Amino acid sequence: MTRDRDEQLFEYLLRLGDSPLILAQRLGEWIGHGPVLEEDIAQTNVGLDLLGEARLWLALAGEVEARFAPPGRDEDRLAFLRDSGEFRNLLLVEQPNGHYADTTARQFLFDAWHVLLLEALERSREPRIAEIAAKVVKEARYHVERSGDWVIRLGDGTELSHARMQAAVDALWMYTGEMFSPDDCELGLIDAGVAADVRALAPPWRARIDAVFAEATLAVPDEAFMQRGGKQGAHTEHLSRLLAEMQVLQRSYPGLSW
Amino acid sequence: VSDSSETRALAAILDDRREARTRPPLSAIWHALAGLPDPEVPVISIVELGILRGVEWDRDDPSTLVVVVTPTYAGCPATEMIGNAIREALAAIGAPRVRLETRLSPAWTTDWIAPEGRRKLRDFGIAPPDGVRTTAATIDVSGVSPLRRARVSVVCPRCGSAATQLVSQFGSTACKAQYRCLDCLEPFDYFKPH
Repeated sequence: MTRDRDEQLFEYLLRLGDSPLILAQRLGEWIGHGPVLEEDIAQTNVGLDLLGEARLWLALAGEVEARFAPPGRDEDRLAFLRDSGEFRNLLLVEQPNGHYADTTARQFLFDAWHVLLLEALERSREPRIAEIAAKVVKEARYHVERSGDWVIRLGDGTELSHARMQAAVDALWMYTGEMFSPDDCELGLIDAGVAADVRALAPPWRARIDAVFAEATLAVPDEAFMQRGGKQGAHTEHLSRLLAEMQVLQRSYPGLSW
Repeated sequence: VSDSSETRALAAILDDRREARTRPPLSAIWHALAGLPDPEVPVISIVELGILRGVEWDRDDPSTLVVVVTPTYAGCPATEMIGNAIREALAAIGAPRVRLETRLSPAWTTDWIAPEGRRKLRDFGIAPPDGVRTTAATIDVSGVSPLRRARVSVVCPRCGSAATQLVSQFGSTACKAQYRCLDCLEPFDYFKPH
């Protein structure tokens, strides 16, 4: 691979790794705060799966980086020593937990996309990407079953839970657009058969959203202005606060290990 | 053979052969690894769990043993503990030089749990995976979402009743879900098909 292609690949792997990493951190915030014990356990188990996935992508990113900027950074350096402008996660996943409907809406909108993304990446011409995708897609399928169930339970629940679920979906909808809009970095790798063509994921994603929302008696929001920028490092203010907590130990005591 | 570099090379080969003669046979290595319990489900061994994918001596360095392990779930916190346990067990039988390799492909599935392992899980009070994996739903959510149709039936490991209900898709570890039996009323863990 050429140097340019490696730099592109590194950039793409950060996008793959940062979204599950940041969402895992958000879900970890529920530890000890879940509405019932089972949910406390479930949220953090989903978070653990996502953290495991993030580690695989970021470790691979570090290997690729070593090829054009030796020695490259390992997964810990990438997670703990980058600033918010260097993170490439979707804006959706950095949004605060809010109440349970907010967390549930964020999770379902992401999970439905995540499964489709990983299924596309299973066919990547880069074998290391394909094998990670094949490994974690099984976990993602389980997640979307669960988060979809919760959308239905809350949406088709009480008057209050329905109102909150609808409000949560309405508020987060503007962060879903960037999931399906590739930029130059992605376009080059899509042409090479390495990256997933996220444009093609929009119709099946929408079909799943429609089906679950119908059962949940929720209205799909009208087309609206879509926020973008997460994949390019232009984040909402929430990411800096999240990183302050996630990175504090390594920032205060560089190189610290258990 | 007067050249000293050749002499050294020859000596190194003889050293390697001597080491190769003293290293434990692979059968003893598998036996030692078969005695290692999974840290989170200690009733079955890592061999029965199906996560040990291969053991062989390194071709370039015959005194180093290469142990290939595959993770169950990507974020399973037991992975590191398992690696340490493997090193300790192998050092104890005379194979101190171990290189652990992680293999992701093909991805681990619960189909790889040995029949003996399934029996031990059931005896321990964990319902083993039903062996039917589909790409869509792997679990019956009718207990928590009554509108959804039952897709799989999980048998209570205590009383054998098929009248059971899902409590939560996640349990005490990443690999388990929580169920309750509607006959004996006991809660139990279900090892999710994966």
